Amino acid sequence: MKPGAWLQLSLFVAVLVGLQLCLGAIGKTYYLTQLTMAVYYAIVVMGLSLVMGYAGQVSLGHGAFFAMGGYVSAFLTTHDFAALKGVAWARLLEQCGVFVTRKSLYDTSDLLTVAPWAAFLAAMLVVVVVAVVIGYPALRLKGHYLAMATLGFGLIVYCLLLGTPLLGAADGITGVPPWRLGFGLTVSGKSAVRVQNYYLAWAVALGVLVLLGNLLNSRAGRALRAIHDSETAANAMGLNTARIKLQAFVASAVLAAVAGSLLTHYNEGIGPSESSALKSVRYVALVAAGGMANVRGALVVSTVLVFLSLRGWFGTYDNAVFGIILIAIVSLAPEGPFRPMGHWLRRVFRPASAGREAGHGAA
Amino acid sequence: MLQTLQYFLSGITIGSVYAVVAIGFNLIYSATGVLNFAQGEFVMLGGMVAITLSQFLPLPLAVAGAVVVVALGGCALEFLVFRRLRSHSVMHMVIVTMGLSIVIQEATLHVWDEKVRSLPYFSGNEISSVKLFGAALSPQVCWVLGTVAVVVVLLQLFYKRTLCGRAMRACSSNAEAAMLAGINIGGMRTLAFGLSAGLGALAGCVISPMSMTHYEMGPGLAIKGFAAAILGGLGNPMAAVFGGLAVGLLEAFSVSLLPAAFKDVTAFAVILVMLFLRPHGLFGEGSTGAVREV
Repeated sequence: MKPGAWLQLSLFVAVLVGLQLCLGAIGKTYYLTQLTMAVYYAIVVMGLSLVMGYAGQVSLGHGAFFAMGGYVSAFLTTHDFAALKGVAWARLLEQCGVFVTRKSLYDTSDLLTVAPWAAFLAAMLVVVVVAVVIGYPALRLKGHYLAMATLGFGLIVYCLLLGTPLLGAADGITGVPPWRLGFGLTVSGKSAVRVQNYYLAWAVALGVLVLLGNLLNSRAGRALRAIHDSETAANAMGLNTARIKLQAFVASAVLAAVAGSLLTHYNEGIGPSESSALKSVRYVALVAAGGMANVRGALVVSTVLVFLSLRGWFGTYDNAVFGIILIAIVSLAPEGPFRPMGHWLRRVFRPASAGREAGHGAA
Repeated sequence: MLQTLQYFLSGITIGSVYAVVAIGFNLIYSATGVLNFAQGEFVMLGGMVAITLSQFLPLPLAVAGAVVVVALGGCALEFLVFRRLRSHSVMHMVIVTMGLSIVIQEATLHVWDEKVRSLPYFSGNEISSVKLFGAALSPQVCWVLGTVAVVVVLLQLFYKRTLCGRAMRACSSNAEAAMLAGINIGGMRTLAFGLSAGLGALAGCVISPMSMTHYEMGPGLAIKGFAAAILGGLGNPMAAVFGGLAVGLLEAFSVSLLPAAFKDVTAFAVILVMLFLRPHGLFGEGSTGAVREV
């Protein structure tokens, strides 16, 4: 990263700290809970903007990847594997710390469950495999085929979650234990660790931001941009466009699953509605609102919008707001709201140099 | 044997509805290249408008009125939204139709409400039935099948025999050449949206007595209609009829094998399998080149 970027990042962190202190001062620390959740959702959106903004493909299955991450984590950390207690490989895994024994919430019995970190890794593995299986054929075709394949996939996941009693059917899974990360850090929704989790979520989100920023400035990122500008030209330059698109798709699915797994530990549970088509469409709307190929915009805009939505600001128009965002962005500002806004601001504040500025690109 | 026949009939019935949705998809797709995710909303709106109109109009007039109103709405959609889009990339088209789908649903929720409604049976009532080789058949099923059959035949005649239908086919095979030949492409696109919306509305009216009308019914129908369209091959309206019936039958028979909660999974699995094995559809031309050049 360039020195300027570090400065921007530190300024942003200062804003976050200021926000937390202000909320603490006016006694509204409970806002931090929704902010934390919004930041996790924003991670999904950042990942999706990699696929939409840079690879130029629409995925309508990111809600399903989020839910898969969450469900694998939730199932493995709550399901009692007591039947495996005597088995040799299970004992070996227990020694490695994969299996842990913990007290049941309801009685004095002991549960043999998978440790959160191992469940997290398992979730990532599952999502990578599924994303490759879905993405491999769909990304070889042009146009809307990834959208259709992922929409179908998302609906299948939704139906399966809703119809499987082992995964709690319509109730989802509850009682997911907190994830102790060490160093006194715990991913949990308890109010005692609220502030800590607020910073934890932002740390993950900013980590993803830096990672994506570096990725997009690397060879792989330049390849992605080339594909976005012209797939035929990129192909002619010797890029394996299908493979690069698949890598971007898998990476963004993994980011969705990371957010899903973390948020499930934070919320102590997950329900099937996370994989509904409406959720996936909402992520698409947030990418559009953030400016498509703009990871920073995606982070900020989706944190704000999801926070407002979680606080119930949009009332009964909650879904409609996201629908209108989709239509408005595409018909008025297909490259996102920031570019036209920047042009407009420049015209308003620097009328004298407007003529010279017009020729240059966005800020 | 009797049970099989019963499954078969229910599959054909629901399948013919999917077929109409799939035809609607294809009409718009071949004329404009837009894959309209809001297709199911036309079906839902058709039912809703007809139910409201039927309160002070006789049933046939209410259905006709609903078809006209929704068809005009479809035209307006093309004229007000799609014609004005600055970017015509596939991604933007997908996004805008998804947005429309949500906004239409939410608007319906606020104009009407979340109640499940239905039109009265066109003939007879809920308990009257027709016997066919021993299987019981609601008279409404005959209405559905009859309507779909008439629509398919009329559409085929329109495409093959009328100047306007030929012009529309010209638009879909090569828009630029059609424009050079003096065809008003913009008008054709508006017409395609109107036709597609009207067809959807008609389907929404004939199924309303049996499967009810609800503001959230659109996306489910749209995705199954899409499965049907993909099965037949996108851009081929008549193959869509076969696709729709196949999806309906698969779904009906899956109930006898799988838990009922997984009924919807079959249609989506069809989409995935088709995309992976034969993205050009069962009847499409064999080369994936056609698919790749979209």
